[in-house]
Amino acid sequence: MLRTPLYLKHAELGARLVEFAGYEMPLHYQGGINEEHLAVRTGAGVFDVSHMAEVRVAGPDATAFLAYATLNDPARLKVGRGQYSMLPNDSGGVIDDLFVYREGEDEYLIVANAANRHAVVSHLEGLAAGRDVAVSDETDDWALIAVQGPSAAILLDRLVAPDLTEVKRNATVLAQVSGVPVTLSRTGYTGEDGFEVFVRPIDAEAVWDVIVAAGAVPCGLGARDTLRLEAGYPLYGHELTEATNPLCTDFAWVVKDKPFYGREAMWGRDCPRRLVGIRMVDRAIPRQGYRVLDRDRNAVGEVSSGTLSPLTRESIGFAWVDAAHVEPGTRLWVEVRGRPMAAVVVKPPFHEA
Amino acid sequence: MSTPESLRYAATHEWARKDDDGTVVVGITDFAQDQLGDVVFVELPEVGRKVVKGDTLAVIESVKTASDIYAPVSGEVVAVNDALDAKPETINESPYEDGWLFAIAPSNEAEYDELLDAQGYAATLDEG
Repeated sequence: MLRTPLYLKHAELGARLVEFAGYEMPLHYQGGINEEHLAVRTGAGVFDVSHMAEVRVAGPDATAFLAYATLNDPARLKVGRGQYSMLPNDSGGVIDDLFVYREGEDEYLIVANAANRHAVVSHLEGLAAGRDVAVSDETDDWALIAVQGPSAAILLDRLVAPDLTEVKRNATVLAQVSGVPVTLSRTGYTGEDGFEVFVRPIDAEAVWDVIVAAGAVPCGLGARDTLRLEAGYPLYGHELTEATNPLCTDFAWVVKDKPFYGREAMWGRDCPRRLVGIRMVDRAIPRQGYRVLDRDRNAVGEVSSGTLSPLTRESIGFAWVDAAHVEPGTRLWVEVRGRPMAAVVVKPPFHEA
Repeated sequence: MSTPESLRYAATHEWARKDDDGTVVVGITDFAQDQLGDVVFVELPEVGRKVVKGDTLAVIESVKTASDIYAPVSGEVVAVNDALDAKPETINESPYEDGWLFAIAPSNEAEYDELLDAQGYAATLDEG
């Protein structure tokens, strides 16, 4: 199993380690998922997300290439800014969702999901053939540490020279933490303010230690999932897949009206089902794969993610449901262990910072 | 991880305790609660339900997953721990005392004696 450069830190902190995308990753530390979740909502948490894939796309054709290969439009990015995007396949679905940073006029760094690393790299390489652009997998060249929460900016600001409070959302800034060069990007996956810190693997432990010593609570993948769900963010493999059209979700804003790979199969198509937020009315927790029923107990959808919100203690989730049942306020039922439990369609986010 | 000598155990991580009146009280082990992580929801059986050893009698949900809890002995459910409705985390905090799940009036005394003792249960964990 693969390990990130921070593996020994996780072991030292007594993390419960689980296999995730081929990596041995912390699910949670000793305090548990709920405590870590609340630390991010009220203070600052720190996550090792070094398993995420980094792919560099560089060359004179880079902007035109990524404008074609991804759903958002990199031409809209100033140098030093990033955007949420997706990689379409040729059948109306997505190969992965991504964060795309413009590091130079003709140079981009893409952050993709660990599980999709090889699919993303080989797809981009295939599309790049014959173009003046180079695609290189830099996953092993970077450790990635996310610092998230209402006090994340103040905490990090004390550790670096540049004034972080001035950094705009989705913008990047070069800095040094304890003499170690890092790139800070004001983004995240928790619904809170925060930064993702790109650092060389050899320096990762030093940077992690300084951030933890400054008071950030180590958080695992469990809290990362509950936080993103509360914030209404999709998770690849749940809300987004090779078979789901992003135009049938609230993330349709990502898809810009321009030529792109697979457009024919995605653009202007009907949405037999749409992705909606659900909140349980009855006491039960929706889980991926549970059937969604209408008043007459007909199957009209399927849950893609669900959890009990550590913050509000409500049961929340995402579900793909037939177009007739997507209006907020619509009553639905989720089949939990054979029993229909009442739910209502709501518009995410379930929590706003 | 604690496995009290005074209790009996099922390989599926339930503990059982026979009280003076013959009732068998059931919960999940310290190992099980630690594996599950933060317990956030418990579904308990109805009092009066007749059960056969091995039946799914309760469901414990942690943040990440839902786990079935099996009846370690046959009989009738005579009590459930309703306090867990409001405070499911009690299972994490006190798995062998306040975090008990349900009590069964057993119909077959032999089934209790067939359960693992603390040593036998601990051995299953070492193998795992």
